[in-house]
Amino acid sequence: MSPEPVAAADAVATVDASLAPERRDAVRYLLILLPAVLVLLALFVYPLLGIVERSAYTPKTGYTLEYYGQIWRVPVYLHVIGRTFRTSALVTLMCLALGYPLAYLLATLRPRAARLLMIVVVLPFFTSIIVRTYAWMVLLGRNGVVNQYLTRLGLTDTPLPLLYNQGGVLIGMTYVLLPYMVLTVYSVMRGIEPGLIRAAHGLGASRWQAFRRVSLPLSLPGIAGGTLLVFILSLGFFITPALMGGPSDVMIAMLIEREVEFTLNWSFASALAVILLVLTLIGFVGYNRIVRLERVFEAHD
Amino acid sequence: MAPAEGVGPGAEVRLHELTKTFGSVVAVHDVSATIDRGSFFTLLGPSGSGKTTTLMMVAGFAYPTQGEVFVDGKPLAGLPPQKRELGMVFQSYAVFPHLTVFDNIAFPLQIRRARRAEIRQRVGEALELVRLQGYDRRLPRQLSGGEQQRVALARALVFRPRVLLMDEPLGALDKKLRAHMQLELKHIQRHLHVTVMYVTHDQEEALTMSDRVAVMQSGRIEQVGTPAELYEAPASRFVADFLGESNFVDGVVVGAPTAGRWLVRSGGGLEFRGVGAVPLQAGQPVTAAIRPEKLVPVEGPADALQTGAVNTCKGTVEEAIYVGDATRYRVVLGADGAVTVKVPNRLGLRQPAEGEAVALAWSPDETRLFPRGET
Repeated sequence: MSPEPVAAADAVATVDASLAPERRDAVRYLLILLPAVLVLLALFVYPLLGIVERSAYTPKTGYTLEYYGQIWRVPVYLHVIGRTFRTSALVTLMCLALGYPLAYLLATLRPRAARLLMIVVVLPFFTSIIVRTYAWMVLLGRNGVVNQYLTRLGLTDTPLPLLYNQGGVLIGMTYVLLPYMVLTVYSVMRGIEPGLIRAAHGLGASRWQAFRRVSLPLSLPGIAGGTLLVFILSLGFFITPALMGGPSDVMIAMLIEREVEFTLNWSFASALAVILLVLTLIGFVGYNRIVRLERVFEAHD
Repeated sequence: MAPAEGVGPGAEVRLHELTKTFGSVVAVHDVSATIDRGSFFTLLGPSGSGKTTTLMMVAGFAYPTQGEVFVDGKPLAGLPPQKRELGMVFQSYAVFPHLTVFDNIAFPLQIRRARRAEIRQRVGEALELVRLQGYDRRLPRQLSGGEQQRVALARALVFRPRVLLMDEPLGALDKKLRAHMQLELKHIQRHLHVTVMYVTHDQEEALTMSDRVAVMQSGRIEQVGTPAELYEAPASRFVADFLGESNFVDGVVVGAPTAGRWLVRSGGGLEFRGVGAVPLQAGQPVTAAIRPEKLVPVEGPADALQTGAVNTCKGTVEEAIYVGDATRYRVVLGADGAVTVKVPNRLGLRQPAEGEAVALAWSPDETRLFPRGET
């Protein structure tokens, strides 16, 4: 890394002692933040501005909204955007349905069993996503392991189409994104004081009632955080839908890649990227309206 | 399922030979006690004495290895906590952070599917009981520790349990508030006639609130009695030491007792009479316990008082500490070491100066003798 952190640390130590204490604290925090802010500005904000500019500029005619117009005019682009959001929403729901009980189990199991289960949850992170996706393709293919078993058990005569369609994409993406949901929900559930559950039982609540009225509402910040994280990650997903989806399962990230790699239309790719970013932000704001993230997170303190 | 009207508010709780082991560790050993209907019963002991484990077995959060808990004669074995219909208040208030004060207190009623109007009325009464009227819309994080504890109390009482279990409920409050809440709790308990089982390590708290106290140590009950019985007639050196304050003097029993009082000669040559906490015999090594406020500095030579009806000794005031309501003296008795003497700051009482030679007088009936070797 650049020498900023060291320089900043030095500066922290020598902040002018004549400043008022609050001011000095503020300066200190800013200095601590400085390296991260600089890195973000250089590697994130600046290129992003570049993308925004490129999306509305051609060397020939100067600034133009032509690319955005193109997205609007050609139905296939809107379809892809719609499908991206729909797929992401489905994946998010599936992750929640599978991940929430798993996180609940993790938070309530004995420490040793929980640790073991946690390793199982985190283990996939140690392998490349491409390897894992190919592994799923081996499992789900026409002559894959799953179909072989199904045929042998007599549950089906012809192999089921599990791959190269939306089902394949959903399975693959849910699998990859599940740990994000589990870890987010789990971290919040671990923070719920066990005494509260005990108090609920003491007041007459059955296991289900205690869960429904205490654990569930107190884990809402985890649900909010987990769904948001998974949904946003889903929107930009590329490898899994590209490998496990069919021709009609194109998602927006694949579209962008195609423009960059094959048609070399970087301006159009930029416009698509900007649209994805804007729609994500709109989604976030809308979500925030409904779920009231800041209130949910505050209530948890 | 609130108790039917006319069933008397408090239930009788009986602990029958309760034992709880965790692996090879015996947390509670053969604890038996009967808690009268509508009485305030306290388990008092240092940390690790098994008092909380005992309470948890009544609550249903711990299952006895042996023995049984009876409420009004019915065994609780196998009933999970939610079926025991006992009110519980814990040290960590365990007030639900996501619910308003109203919803917290309504919780047990909603669980029991009470009607809306009834809930509103009962929660209102409960709020009044703990003097939190007007707080119903607030969230727990907007309340002080004392207020949260009141919410927990109201919540535990609102479904009219016949027994209320409390585990160090005032432990997290500051001294003044704690003293105030002790009285308030006592008043509420008397008002509702609910049976209270209370756990604390604070002896003053136990004495203030309880009808009866069980002093626990190392998983056993050392003594059960009213606060006065425990204070005036401790059954063991541990109780004499843990409850209030005691001076301890080691000695040996000399001869047979006269009128139930044994003559003891201390290692430093002091002779005095006392009452045995257990049957004693001549020649037995004993420890005598005397409360600091029972020792009275007297005028004149000590020998004049030596009639057998009063114990006396001579000493020198080493230190006098003014503590407001009283003055505490450290009086050196020669070879027997020093004792603490507490004299109320009141006109007409002798208040010796530091360095002064004094005679101390005290009653043999207020001298408890315990066999030595016992802790």
